[in-house]
Amino acid sequence: MSNPYVPLLFLMGVAAVLALGGVAASAIIGPKRYNKAKLEAYECGIEPTPNAVGGGRFPIKYYLVAMTFIIFDIEVVFLYPWAVEFRTLAVFGLVAILAFIAMITVPFIYEWRRGGFEWD
Amino acid sequence: MTPLIAAAPQFVQPEIWWTWLAPYLLVLGAAVVGVLVEAFVAPRARRSTQLTLALVALLGAAGWNVWLWVDQFAPTEFKAIALVNGSLMVSYFTLALQTVILVVAALALLVVADRSRGADDFAPTAAAIPGSDYEELARTKGLQQTEIYPLFLFAVGGMMLFPAAGNLLTMFIALEILSLPLYVMSGMARHRRLLSQEASLKYFLLGAFSSAFFLMGMALVYGYAGTINLWAITNGHALQVPEALVGGRPLLVMGVVMLLVGVLFKVGAVPFHQWTPDVYQGAPTSITGFMAACTKAAAFGAVIRIVVWFAPFIGLDLHEEIQVTIVIVAIASMLLGSVLGVVQHDVKRLLAYSSIAHAGFVLVAVAGVLPYDGQTFVFPMNSAVIFYLLAYGLATVGAFAVVRLVRESQGRGADAVTLGEATHLSQWAGLGRRSPFLAVAFSVFLLSFAGIPLTAGFIGKFTAFKVAVDGGLWWLAVLAVLCSAIAVFFYVRIIVLMFFVDPAADDTEPEPAREVVAVGALGATSDAPVGTPLAGEPEAGVGLRLSDELRRTSGGVTVLKGSVGSRVAIAVAMVGTLLLGVLPGPVLDLLEKTVNFLP
Repeated sequence: MSNPYVPLLFLMGVAAVLALGGVAASAIIGPKRYNKAKLEAYECGIEPTPNAVGGGRFPIKYYLVAMTFIIFDIEVVFLYPWAVEFRTLAVFGLVAILAFIAMITVPFIYEWRRGGFEWD
Repeated sequence: MTPLIAAAPQFVQPEIWWTWLAPYLLVLGAAVVGVLVEAFVAPRARRSTQLTLALVALLGAAGWNVWLWVDQFAPTEFKAIALVNGSLMVSYFTLALQTVILVVAALALLVVADRSRGADDFAPTAAAIPGSDYEELARTKGLQQTEIYPLFLFAVGGMMLFPAAGNLLTMFIALEILSLPLYVMSGMARHRRLLSQEASLKYFLLGAFSSAFFLMGMALVYGYAGTINLWAITNGHALQVPEALVGGRPLLVMGVVMLLVGVLFKVGAVPFHQWTPDVYQGAPTSITGFMAACTKAAAFGAVIRIVVWFAPFIGLDLHEEIQVTIVIVAIASMLLGSVLGVVQHDVKRLLAYSSIAHAGFVLVAVAGVLPYDGQTFVFPMNSAVIFYLLAYGLATVGAFAVVRLVRESQGRGADAVTLGEATHLSQWAGLGRRSPFLAVAFSVFLLSFAGIPLTAGFIGKFTAFKVAVDGGLWWLAVLAVLCSAIAVFFYVRIIVLMFFVDPAADDTEPEPAREVVAVGALGATSDAPVGTPLAGEPEAGVGLRLSDELRRTSGGVTVLKGSVGSRVAIAVAMVGTLLLGVLPGPVLDLLEKTVNFLP
């Protein structure tokens, strides 16, 4: 291989094939059977409610649930490796993780105080 | 034989030097407290609490930085201090740049906090659909989105971390900390909500795209060096990866260039500039000022960090590649910013193109980085860039603070309703008569942008171009001077418009709706038939996009008084611009220390 940049070019090619190939393949070989349900908005499996005409309000409860999930999701992502390495990290790790938990509780408190958990 | 993956090293508790971390903790901690303030303090008292908290944090951190410089750094021989296992590297350069960011951010905060009659920049509830009943309800109830202040502080915290990062991961985290609040804040404009939300979305999508470049660059550099620690990469303390697995120099070159793409996007340099005009125009004007001044400062800190850590080192031998990249980007930015600035009709877009040009001018200084000559590690570009960014930051915050006070209005007398900013240049005609203070201040900022002597901008440009000349790039400096000359044209055009052209429409007698007063031929504004109503489409030029709203409401123009805070900010920015222009000596002497090894 004469030019050392060839592998990088190859990598770009692979990335392009992966990105475009998936779209192209499903467009070409995917079965196309249209029905009404496919054109509807996906709303967690329930009957989608029609959007109010002229930009009315629509429930954003799912988004709030999702955001609450993110808080605890992130928390667990960091708690888990800490628990595995608990002994090695010793007091330093404990203090750090306590500080982290305190920090990540802040958005939770914010959400709670601002009525994020009032379902109706 | 070396193992492919080194055994996990023993955990060593990092030493944490709280004294050095205090400024970051102060700003980010105040932001966290700000979130709690949102949760517990009564709505009525929130704004004043938040504002006090934020100002104390910003000025406290700035003061702390000054103390670190004077009391901790100066008496020692240290050139840099590594904190938390080298995640952060503090040096004279970072202390100076952070102080500039903090001071300019404090000025910008005064402007952001302006809620005087009609001058509020932010939507009552950002979540409401534009034009909906709910939004109207929130407006009449006088709701406020005081979350702005914690978001602002988070952004500033990220900006402080960005130029101080000692490894690439910290740099990426800092990049995200500073970007995410900016995306949110750009979408919160009170007027022209759709434009603002469009700006926010564009900024977010393109920002995410550029972050991907940064991450890919990080991965490639890691692939080369086996570490993300800047110090370890450049000093060859990388893990000993078998030769056969290493892709060699191409990985490093591509990696560093992609890292530069990520940070040059934040700077707004061509060809990563496309978001700049749209976002600057759509975002709330006070946020635009903050974003333009402080993000640019922080991102240039990161550019310099990358350039200085990779370019001059002998082992890596990257000097040529990096210099060529920077030179190309600098030329493109200067040319495009200056030339397209000439054909803008919208003040905010014009300032956006001007900011692209300024990014190019700063890069001219960065391009002057010299290869290591075997003896000294001195980077004269460091002090030049900091000074330039200070000059540019003061003028930018001030200029946008003026822009947000010039408003369109409808109706007359007590019924007059203040609308969004009167950003079309024709609406600026005769501002000098209407509001001499604002017009004079704006002229000073424009002259500073243009680099006219006796303003800070001149000294900034002079020192920046001098670095390029000393670095052997005299032709680049000549090109930069030519581009500044082009840019002078559109700055001076506004000054002429403000002082020597009659107001297009008197505020007591608003023109009928659906008419726009257009400035005639470009460059001949002074003798254009001003005052002639032009029916139908407003005249179009390259990059000119008039919102429908503007066409509907091109009635009168009012100049708001603004709160005491924003007037103080304008005055301080103006005095600072002039002082730095007349007496730059002390500041330049101070910044002389930042040229030492380590950014």
